[in-house]
Amino acid sequence: MTADWTSLLFGKLTLEAIPYHEPILVVTFIGVAIGGLTVLGALTYFRLWGYLWKEWFTSIDHKKIGIMYIVFAIIMLLRGFADALMMRFQQAIAFNGNEGYFPPHHYDQVFTAHGVIMIFFVAMPFVTGLMNFVVPLQIGARDVSFPFLNNFSFWMTVAGGIIVMISLFVGEFAKTGWLAYPPLSDITYSPDVGVDYYIWGLQIAGIGTLLSGVNLIATILKMRAPGMSMMKMPIFTWTAFCTNILIVAAFPVLTAVLALLTLDRYVGTHFFTNTDGGSAMLYVNLIWIWGHPEVYILVLPVFGVFSEVVSTFARKRLFGYTSMVYATVVITILSYIVWLHHFFTMGSGASVNSFFGITTMIISIPTGAKMFNWLFTMYHGRIKYEVSMLWTIGFMVTFVIGGMTGVLLAVPPADFVLHNSLFLIAHFHNVIIGGVVFGVFAGINFWFPKAFGFRLNAFWGKMSFWFWLIGFYFAFMPLYVLGLMGVTRRMNQFDDPSLQIWFIIAAFGAFLILLGIGSFIIQILYSIWKRDELRDETGDPWNARTLEWSTSSPPPAYNFAFTPVVHDVDEWWFMKQNGYKRPLSGFIPIHMPKNTGTGAILAGLSVAFGFAMVWHIWWLALVSFVAIIGKTIHHTFNYNRDFYIPAEEVAAVEARRTQMLPAE
Amino acid sequence: MSANTHHTATPAEGLTFYMKDEHHPEQSTMIGFWIYLMSDCLIFAILFATYAVLGHSFAGGPTAKELFDLKLVAINTAMLLFSSITYGFAMLEMEKGNKGLLVSWLVVTFFFGACFLGIELYEFHHLIEEGAGPWRSAFLSSFFTLVGTHGLHVTCGLVWMAVLMVQISKFGINPANKRRLMTLSMFWHFLDVIWIGVFSFVYLMGVL
Repeated sequence: MTADWTSLLFGKLTLEAIPYHEPILVVTFIGVAIGGLTVLGALTYFRLWGYLWKEWFTSIDHKKIGIMYIVFAIIMLLRGFADALMMRFQQAIAFNGNEGYFPPHHYDQVFTAHGVIMIFFVAMPFVTGLMNFVVPLQIGARDVSFPFLNNFSFWMTVAGGIIVMISLFVGEFAKTGWLAYPPLSDITYSPDVGVDYYIWGLQIAGIGTLLSGVNLIATILKMRAPGMSMMKMPIFTWTAFCTNILIVAAFPVLTAVLALLTLDRYVGTHFFTNTDGGSAMLYVNLIWIWGHPEVYILVLPVFGVFSEVVSTFARKRLFGYTSMVYATVVITILSYIVWLHHFFTMGSGASVNSFFGITTMIISIPTGAKMFNWLFTMYHGRIKYEVSMLWTIGFMVTFVIGGMTGVLLAVPPADFVLHNSLFLIAHFHNVIIGGVVFGVFAGINFWFPKAFGFRLNAFWGKMSFWFWLIGFYFAFMPLYVLGLMGVTRRMNQFDDPSLQIWFIIAAFGAFLILLGIGSFIIQILYSIWKRDELRDETGDPWNARTLEWSTSSPPPAYNFAFTPVVHDVDEWWFMKQNGYKRPLSGFIPIHMPKNTGTGAILAGLSVAFGFAMVWHIWWLALVSFVAIIGKTIHHTFNYNRDFYIPAEEVAAVEARRTQMLPAE
Repeated sequence: MSANTHHTATPAEGLTFYMKDEHHPEQSTMIGFWIYLMSDCLIFAILFATYAVLGHSFAGGPTAKELFDLKLVAINTAMLLFSSITYGFAMLEMEKGNKGLLVSWLVVTFFFGACFLGIELYEFHHLIEEGAGPWRSAFLSSFFTLVGTHGLHVTCGLVWMAVLMVQISKFGINPANKRRLMTLSMFWHFLDVIWIGVFSFVYLMGVL
């Protein structure tokens, strides 16, 4: 009788689900608890809750949402990187009968969590954050098309992240690898809650990603300042546009395929099972139809970042703007017809494999065009080696290596040898770290002064760059070697002692990257400490080219007191060259949307719903689901969603800026 | 290239750098909702593709020919198509600003939509009774999921419609409600189009 009641109340959740017998997790928990309590305590002590809720959590200002995305990504980066570091050291010591500290069932969770977190909760929020912050400013808009939806999207992303993080201390995470291939991920072979955490975390975050994609496409199509035709959009906005088209055209596939997996696990359907007509390879095809565009979703925006950085610091207009746009569009389209190269070994036959091998190789052409455009932009430029420029040059060298190993893997016969080997691991880290991560750091160093009004310290920025760059080569070049020797991925220990030296070198590389991440954190903290010395009052510290630099730093809530009229791709440069004078009078009231807590509340309810579904706590699932619907409907009854910033207030804000600027 | 780097530094005459009046960007809701619908369409595309792949994996169980009752589905299809026509009438009344008739037509639309759902649920119930539930074979899994996802969308549409009826009665035909009626209209007709696909591709081709 009691057993019935507890399972009704708690579903599958029992005390056994708390991993108190795993010392690593207990220590982590203590660390997280102390850290978390310190932060919460400090927030309470300094009475910051009200401020955070009013000014940030409920904010529908795209700039604040962009910043929150990036803060979230940095926090998750620490978690994802901790996983990476533990794996590198495990593999470095697990030789000669030493089993290391990770038993297989734990190691499997760590590599799955590492992949999931780094892609969905680090790389995605980083690029979404940059796009959110920069795009409306670049196109001369006051905000995105749907400001409330933007806030909601952010919180849904966070909700997904929270669900994945809960799995660390309650129950376990998936042991399937980051794409959860069936039949391993089916209920027969993964009866535990790990895959369920994976599913619900990604589904909830996926809603946020999809809606933010819709939002940014509509923004770019409809909110551009007058005069800005498509071919006068800044290149970062172009890459953001293509990225969001990819998001909208790819994430529904992930939603659908995960829903089918959910049905297999919860209802007992036979989509991907071994029995009753299911097809596991259907899952693999579908998930890569999402998965391949996903890598371009990550890398296209950072191509945009590099383009802005290169033309700014080479003091030249971007070379081959039109070809850059076409290259971006071509990559967007091609990214949909290459998915099968992730599983050449499936056995589709020579013709199918050749088709996908060739389309894959073709992608290197537009990418190569981009590389030459950046090189020609630098050629004859007066290059300033600011930190973001260093990241850009580091990217150009590193990414080309990663791209070339990618073309090697695109050759089906070679892939049969290298499939699932450490060569593959080295390849995709080479493009994701060398591309996405370097690009994100370039972007953060570039736009930080715009967001906060002071620059990031250059010394610690350079430390971070060099540790990351050198650390990357130490960590991943050995994996190319090991992969060519036939070492496969996802192993927690090895028999052949001659391999150990390579793993030790790789672990040393991971240690250097740790120093790189540490330097980045120090860079931020040190810059906040020294913010008065690093202050930028001009709003344009790099003598840059696009509209976001025409505003104050940080920009006012309304971005532009008067909507700009656009003449050129590099409109701000054009304004500077053609004697633009800041307007000092004639201000008008500005129409703005109101803040709302609905997004955060819905996301909180979604966490409850996801958790309840993971643990089969049906009553909680029902209650939270009804609450989500109820809150959504309640929100639609609020018709009073906007207000006017009075002209006097605009005038006062602008007058303060006038005082900061040098007299003309 | 060099032309780009040598901009003239003298102020050019007659250039306007900003708008003195308030700028009204075009309304984004329609395009935004269109884009959302296309993403939803992709979910259906995946479910159709799944049905195409697994639709003949009967696993020794019943086949489409044995299970589908075309007459019932024809009635069901008629319900949904009627509901689309009546939604159109509702939109016409919205344009005329006739609140009472608008809500009445919405009520009729809701009724047809609810009938559609009721018949679908009856069909599902019947199939499960016969031992042809979604867990019987991959064919039935993909059938139930495709048709059920459409049904779930119709359910959402009905909830939305009910809320809108309350809001229109309470707040009248204001610009916000007009916008909502337009988006629901797109959603409702979109579900019709999807259903035509389900009817032809799943039921007709299954029985033929």
